Amino acid sequence: MAKLPVHLPDDPYGGLVRRGPGAAAARRLGLPVPPRLRRHEPGQEFLTGPALVLRAGAAPLADDVAVWLAAAGARVVGDLSAAGEDRLGAVVVDATAASRVGDLGALRESLAPAFRRTASGGRVLVLGAVPAEAGGSAGGEFGEGFGDVEARAVQQGLDGLVRSLGKETRGGTTVNLLRVAAGAGEALRSPLEFLCSARAAFVSGQPLLVGPAPAPAVAGRERRVAVVTGAARGIGAAIAEVLARDGAHVVCADVAAAGEQLARVANRVRGSALTLDVTAADAPDVLADHLRRRFGGADVVVHNAGVTRDRSFVNLGADAWDTVLGVNLAAPLRLTEGLLRTDGALAPGARFVCLSSINGLAGAKGQANYATSKAGLVGLVQALAEPLARRGMAANAVAPGFIETPMTASMPAVPREVGRRASSLQQGGLPVDVAEAVAWLASPGAAGVNGQVLRVDGQHLTGA
Amino acid sequence: MTAPTPPPRTTRAVRPVAVVAGNRTPFAKAGGRYAQASAKDLLVAAVDGLVARTGLAGERLGEVVAGAVLKHSRDLNLTREAVLSTALDPATPAFDVSQACATGLETAVLLAGKIALGQVDAGIAGGADSASDAPIAVDEGLRRVLLALNRARTPGARLKALAGLRPGQVVPELPRNAEARTGLSMGEHAARTAAHWGVSRQAQDELALASHRNLAAAYERGFFDDLVTPYLGLRRDGLLRPDTTPAKLAELEPVFGRDLEAPATMTAGNSTPLTDGAAAVLLATDEWAAEHRLDVLAHLVDAQTAAVDHVHRGEGLLTAPVHAVPVLLQRNGWTLDDLDVVEVHEAFASTVLATLAAWEDEEFCRERLGLDGPLGRVDRAKLNVAGSSLATGHPFAATGARILATTAKLLAERGGGRALISICAAGGQGIAALVEA
Repeated sequence: MAKLPVHLPDDPYGGLVRRGPGAAAARRLGLPVPPRLRRHEPGQEFLTGPALVLRAGAAPLADDVAVWLAAAGARVVGDLSAAGEDRLGAVVVDATAASRVGDLGALRESLAPAFRRTASGGRVLVLGAVPAEAGGSAGGEFGEGFGDVEARAVQQGLDGLVRSLGKETRGGTTVNLLRVAAGAGEALRSPLEFLCSARAAFVSGQPLLVGPAPAPAVAGRERRVAVVTGAARGIGAAIAEVLARDGAHVVCADVAAAGEQLARVANRVRGSALTLDVTAADAPDVLADHLRRRFGGADVVVHNAGVTRDRSFVNLGADAWDTVLGVNLAAPLRLTEGLLRTDGALAPGARFVCLSSINGLAGAKGQANYATSKAGLVGLVQALAEPLARRGMAANAVAPGFIETPMTASMPAVPREVGRRASSLQQGGLPVDVAEAVAWLASPGAAGVNGQVLRVDGQHLTGA
Repeated sequence: MTAPTPPPRTTRAVRPVAVVAGNRTPFAKAGGRYAQASAKDLLVAAVDGLVARTGLAGERLGEVVAGAVLKHSRDLNLTREAVLSTALDPATPAFDVSQACATGLETAVLLAGKIALGQVDAGIAGGADSASDAPIAVDEGLRRVLLALNRARTPGARLKALAGLRPGQVVPELPRNAEARTGLSMGEHAARTAAHWGVSRQAQDELALASHRNLAAAYERGFFDDLVTPYLGLRRDGLLRPDTTPAKLAELEPVFGRDLEAPATMTAGNSTPLTDGAAAVLLATDEWAAEHRLDVLAHLVDAQTAAVDHVHRGEGLLTAPVHAVPVLLQRNGWTLDDLDVVEVHEAFASTVLATLAAWEDEEFCRERLGLDGPLGRVDRAKLNVAGSSLATGHPFAATGARILATTAKLLAERGGGRALISICAAGGQGIAALVEA
């Protein structure tokens, strides 16, 4: 397959302060210097240095974590001195059993020196419990009926810790919290690997929940089939590329008017093109029929097609409202329903991934219609999670932040520059960053992640 | 590269040939949106769109067969060079065909023959033409001087060769839309045929109007969503006039047949202009289609070419299909009444109407076609129901593949049936084909 075309951002500021006299001036003036992110390349090392596995308290998962990291290619060490002079490629702390405020103090003591020693492009990952499950039913100081209030508070505290550390890292290091539900077992392995890998370069400062994976219905197919709506350009095209790189046949769907670019994308990824207006009355039947007859069902459905019609709320007419809600929210609802209703349209273990937006999580001035639709998609995946889990399927959302696309390139200069720098990684992400997250959620290993929202925003300030 | 393993050589029955999918660029008026695109560019776009829709990127097909009518000398291997620029496996063989306006259907017939005989399991047929990017030749005298100069080995001989240069030789030769033997343009030939059959101006304008309305309606209902891929920003045929009216068509001045005794009837509205575009169609065995989980739209049943003597006997230049169709129908035991879809290429509205008139004329059918009586009447409700060349335009070599794909889809859409395709061509030739689903 041809090399993926990387959309290089036109980021003159980043180029100026990264080298030469500009770098010296930026240092003296205390200007932000956006780090170069370490992204996935074929054949690269899993990590840039050894992986340190820390234990906060009982740490029931630490041994498995060490084994899994080693299997992924990491040199795993149990304490900082074993790393020698090397800077750490990853620090993983098992804090799932932390239940007392004192445990957090112990956590600080072991994590702080390791955090200082993290390499550029390093990964800090805190494993926590699901706060609602923390401490079990045994109860604590509050007595009967209260559960273990302190354990829940401690586990929720990890969220603030991780978000703060995300804002303090340098050199493109990311910090995330993986909340491990009871009985997750092997389902933890793939999220652990993903969040430590170069594929998660723009994912930072957020919690993600992993639970037990539903039992696989049947053995996976030799070549999985994925459908991506809005695949002709931008993030959709990048998603098609990464899914194809990971071995899927990608059905690239887009409107008839985008047919020329769509054909180019479909041929480049050795997939196929499908003309589909997601808002058409017959779109669910057309898509379901196509997937059933041509492929014996889809393993992955990515609801990526989306539009904007920005205007202040009072000036938003019915057209701008209905268009955005129709494409961004009503169409994914109807297509999902149609695919679930049609026997054979979905393969066993199918995954849905919706493209939300941090503007849907935080709201955005002039985007009431867009934000409503994108928040609605979060509700969609949350509502689907349980019923889909019963069928061995899953639905999740990815919420991109500021991503360098032709759309953001056409923004006015000042808001564009503000948008770029207003994240912990001080830069815009690339379409491939979003695509990596989508492809991971679509992968067999991510079976324990369901009903979640994964932000790909470099910990953007507005991203919740 | 490894040569394809030949199938075991056994006596085989003729295999049915499936029309699996089709794709074309929107067609554009010459000098319009595709002014900078070559015939090769257009062919690549048509094939790549077909490959994308059928998911065949990287596949090695048995053969790609295509052609162009207006062809540069450098394009002697046009189709093979185009294949190398597509997403198909570069080890897909190809060859060029030229039969004037019949090219696009003749390529399909040739490929179908190979499929039927077991030589090929799947392939693409089609054609492309760019009237915008037409080849321009140097003056014949200049050409001889240049060739002599190339042969000269001494300075003296070179000087002698150059002495043959004359001022008039700087004028290049442009390709002409004129018959080699008669010097008459195709339109003038058609005007003579129209006058012979008494085809009225009103009937021609009505046919042109129907073509535009049918094509516009087909686009509106999404019929072309899987038959056309936009190219260079053009999404629909540039010549399509969805809002044309009988009054607008009636206003146009006749452009052909103005020197004839009969009133001139052929205008820019009821004749096809020079057009750029390309079309491709995927043919295969039923087994190949099933292996690739592709639906079969229809089967290409049979085909027949014919030629008339427009030079010595004064037969209508574009009337060869009038002769091909009865032979073809008879060989397959079909009649005009059996047909559900009839596609008669609209080189000119008058050509279609003269063809239909000839088939209805008892005397002509007895004396010239050797039939017992009239061939019959084509139900106009079944004629060119998704529009034809008057509305789409007519990039010569692309038209056959456009019509074959459209016909196959029309049959598939109605859940089965029988179709006839009839295409006239320069040089007094024509081709007809039967399609069934």
